[in-house]
Amino acid sequence: MSKKEISRRTFLNYALMGTGGFLAAGMITPMVRMAIDPILKPKASGSEVAVGSVDDFGPEPKKVDFKINVVDGWHKAESTNVAWVRKLEDGSILALSPICKHLGCTVNFNDPSGKPNEYFCPCHEGRYAINGEVILNTPPTASLDMYKVTVKEGKVFLGEKEKNPRGGVKG
Amino acid sequence: MMQKMYDWVDERLNITPMWRDLADHEVPEHVNPAHHFSAFVYCFGGLTFFITVIQILSGMFLSMYYVPDIMNAYESVKYLQTEVAFGVIVRGMHHWGASLVIVMMFLHTLRVFFTGSYKKPRELNWVVGMLIFFVMLGLGFTGYLLPWDQTAYFATVVGVQIAESVPIIGPYLKYLLTGGDIFGALTLARFFAIHVFFLPAALLGLLAAHFIMIRVQGVSGPL
Repeated sequence: MSKKEISRRTFLNYALMGTGGFLAAGMITPMVRMAIDPILKPKASGSEVAVGSVDDFGPEPKKVDFKINVVDGWHKAESTNVAWVRKLEDGSILALSPICKHLGCTVNFNDPSGKPNEYFCPCHEGRYAINGEVILNTPPTASLDMYKVTVKEGKVFLGEKEKNPRGGVKG
Repeated sequence: MMQKMYDWVDERLNITPMWRDLADHEVPEHVNPAHHFSAFVYCFGGLTFFITVIQILSGMFLSMYYVPDIMNAYESVKYLQTEVAFGVIVRGMHHWGASLVIVMMFLHTLRVFFTGSYKKPRELNWVVGMLIFFVMLGLGFTGYLLPWDQTAYFATVVGVQIAESVPIIGPYLKYLLTGGDIFGALTLARFFAIHVFFLPAALLGLLAAHFIMIRVQGVSGPL
């Protein structure tokens, strides 16, 4: 390795920039870490909420309201969620979230303005088939999310929201 | 890369003279601690400004979590202190910095006094410095109430009663500070507004005047 001379000016420049950078970093690091804390915080796993017994639901989607506990910083509140629940042909339970996958409006089943046996979004006329499959060539680009369903002793429990694996259908 | 970016901007906006003018100024031997160590007393003004910068930055970040409302203020501070990573450190910086800035400012004032730097032609800068002193005390007073705990509340009750004891204008002063008949929601909102908008704006203006004057007049001569 060849020896590279550095001038007094360059050395002083580096020394000053290093010291200044160290001081600034010591000042800024705690503040930035505090500001980005919401991103780094582990997500609290939601609890499961009972919405009725398996026999309450038939092939026709039924709207259920259920309460969940929301922790919003130092503020703790109860919030109401909505699910459209139906029994599938194989006897399992499907619970759809009515939040439109286009821009987040609330969809409705068998809406008078929509088509029969479909979910309809009043904002931009997005449409979904009975299992939440998005009708192709309407604004939404994905099928309606579904709640994680657990059946324990004949009771239906709804948990976190997850992606609907069903693809779009022609309508 | 950095050099190229700098050159690109400099070629168009000619920024070199701007920072040269800011950075190139005479530092006389008698204020340079490298020559006489006792000259460290000339550092207190700069240290006051350094801590003021910390106060402004940490205050900006604290306002991401703080809410100036009687139902939520204490809860939001508690959340910030116990749940948010480094929240206790950033609030600690603001809390201890508030005392330290007063200490540094006091030492700076003593230095200016004992070196006679306030004398002609620098009388105006002394006056501006005194105004900065009072604005800083105001920031300390209004900031103290914001956590809305027992200490904060009753310290402010006492402070406002001291203001009330001023002859003639006292009762009006008290009403202006509390914003109503009781120490409550209106008082907290008012103190918050004064602490984060009015006094910092005044402070920045006064600091600019303070620094421009010292650059125009130069550092006072040796003893």
